[in-house]
Amino acid sequence: MAKDVVADLKRDYITRLLAKGMRSDGRQFDEMRPLKVETNYVGSAQGSALVHLGDTTVVVGVKLILGEPFPDTPNTGVLTTNAELIPMASETFESGPPDQTSIEVARVVDRGIREGHAVDLEKLCLEPGKRVWIMFVDVHVLDYDGNLFDAANIGANAAFKTAMVPNKAAGLGEDTPLPVKHQPISITVVKIDGKLLVDPTHDEERVADARLTVATLETGNLCAMQKGLEGAFTLDEVFKVVETSLRIGAEIRSRL
Amino acid sequence: MGSNDSKEAAREIVVPGELLAISSKRAGPGTYSEGGKIYAAQLGIKSVRPDSISVVPLSGQYMPIRGDLVVGKIIGVGSSNWLVDINSPYPSPLHVNEVPWRVEFGETRKFMSVGDIVLLKIVGVDEIKRVSVSMQDHGLRKLTGGMVVELSPSKVPRVIGKNGSMIQTLKTMTGCRIYVGQNGRIWIDGELDNMVLAVKAIEMIEDEAHNLGLTEKITRFLEQNKVAGV
Amino acid sequence: MGGAPTDLKLIDERGLRLDGRRPDEMRPLKIEAGVLNKADGSAFVEWGMNKVMAAVYGPRECHPRHLQNTERALVQCHYNMASFSVEDRKRPGPDRRSHEISKIISEALTHVVFTEYFPRTSIDVYIEVLQANAGTRCAGLTAASVALADAGVPMRDLVASVAAGKVANTIVLDLGKEEDNFGQADIPVGYVPRTDEVVLLQMDGDLTREEFEKGLHMAVGACKKVYEVQRDALKRRYSARAEGQGEGA
Repeated sequence: MAKDVVADLKRDYITRLLAKGMRSDGRQFDEMRPLKVETNYVGSAQGSALVHLGDTTVVVGVKLILGEPFPDTPNTGVLTTNAELIPMASETFESGPPDQTSIEVARVVDRGIREGHAVDLEKLCLEPGKRVWIMFVDVHVLDYDGNLFDAANIGANAAFKTAMVPNKAAGLGEDTPLPVKHQPISITVVKIDGKLLVDPTHDEERVADARLTVATLETGNLCAMQKGLEGAFTLDEVFKVVETSLRIGAEIRSRL
Repeated sequence: MGSNDSKEAAREIVVPGELLAISSKRAGPGTYSEGGKIYAAQLGIKSVRPDSISVVPLSGQYMPIRGDLVVGKIIGVGSSNWLVDINSPYPSPLHVNEVPWRVEFGETRKFMSVGDIVLLKIVGVDEIKRVSVSMQDHGLRKLTGGMVVELSPSKVPRVIGKNGSMIQTLKTMTGCRIYVGQNGRIWIDGELDNMVLAVKAIEMIEDEAHNLGLTEKITRFLEQNKVAGV
Repeated sequence: MGGAPTDLKLIDERGLRLDGRRPDEMRPLKIEAGVLNKADGSAFVEWGMNKVMAAVYGPRECHPRHLQNTERALVQCHYNMASFSVEDRKRPGPDRRSHEISKIISEALTHVVFTEYFPRTSIDVYIEVLQANAGTRCAGLTAASVALADAGVPMRDLVASVAAGKVANTIVLDLGKEEDNFGQADIPVGYVPRTDEVVLLQMDGDLTREEFEKGLHMAVGACKKVYEVQRDALKRRYSARAEGQGEGA
């Protein structure tokens, strides 16, 4: 609790800076923090990525295991996403079962990759109704300074790109690359005092009125969105965020 | 315990368990003695004095010492006291007798509430580290406006500088009011652009606290970025 | 641990192990201190194929309150393996093995930390295994010691840790995954070199007393080398910047 202390004070400072067009770390309103991605970071996973987005650091691991499909989708593999917000990463994270925040992060990241068809799940079906690959996407947060949605989404996309289906270990022939179909990239924006800021830091998240995450595809279509926090957006603001997400999403995609 | 960047040549970084000296000198802060030998207890810079050997830590929690000036935040309000977070493992009660106002029983909330920032002095620390604070000295008060920067308490001596030279430079060249708490919290108030400058300068000091030539570097930085009218 | 598949040669004709190491050879070890921003102290260990992160918060107010000790700090270690850290995905969250490892590492560290300086507080140590290949508790304890020092927690000394074991009737140092799975004994050791104290010790398998002695000596000898890597990581954390070069951590 002690470290929560200073952010309250920072609210005035942050809003005063915003009124003058400045962010406390010197970024433009529509600027992402420095991004560093390292793929194949964890050899024990079939695909993985270490992502540094400013001071936020996450590891995304992809593991594939043989199993049964869901009864209502007998012809597709299974995708399941989990996020661990471990206490190591921040004094604001507590140990124990996932809380609402971790669950929301997992579900929003999942929605982006699922609705965006990042992976061709039909190609992960071996025997309809009987045997499919179950793909686990595990997000492990190591250092938290805001915007887990985008850090995790970028990590998942990067991990998919270099992941291999472990056919060999299952006696099914040679390993093949994970069937990646699209790259849905999410961009998150917060609204503070009417100003829209891309890629919020932890301090900015804590003083924000509202938050909007938009995932877009290389085709220019949108595949997932999530509005968070208790404030509101005007329609114009929503469209502006969509436009920003498309633009910055394309930039990020070109770097992966 | 402040560092002298004009004197020290090589700064020897020591790690816990490292033998510092076989000596009858006093084992100062950051060290411990065993069998006539003095060892480092913390990661830091070895400091040899005529009568003692100590280690200036490079990181660590703020441990309250009687007489320290601290910037605190009210985190609780009782009928006859407030609970203050002083950025230490030990939150501290501030009793109604230790403030400059006359506070009736149960009226505490009228004077200060949760979230208020205060400038206090540590008046006592007992054996089990219970801390008492006071607002009754000259200059102590509730702080309004401005903003608080947190940095590692071990870097505070650098922000103050030898004989207060660094803090003087910061105040003069940014025109801001600045209070440096020993507990690693610094309150700044002034023109917004000047505040941004002061925050940047303090961040620079924290990053390079153990480097030589820091005072000159900060002075140059402030010169180059000085806001007109200061 | 059980017998190896008959075609698995844990020690070959030249006396070398699966990965080409001699019996008394350790896997490559790299340590970086101060790698996380939010934690008070941190360290990252790459040991063979192990990747382990340790972070320290504290001393800070003790939670849960009822565990508070009025005379000293509690050192509370939380050891955890990431789901993707092992071959067969692990369900998130601590299992019984994690609880046990957390306990013995807490106890090892408590021995060296000056807990009496911080009554009523907790020093929280988090160990996350990102990639596992046997010896993660040793890597974790090794990393945790460095993280504590990085956090400025006063300690008598660092604790170094490495495991010895028996594989194909040979006493070996620093078991790899197959050796751990198919070997005959495993001896994780946590050790303080200056005072020659053993602060963590477990053993499972089948050993004669002489074999155990040989193993313990081997582990202790290696701990001294691990200790040097730990010290070097801590010194490097600040010395690059003290010389005016390099950026922050």
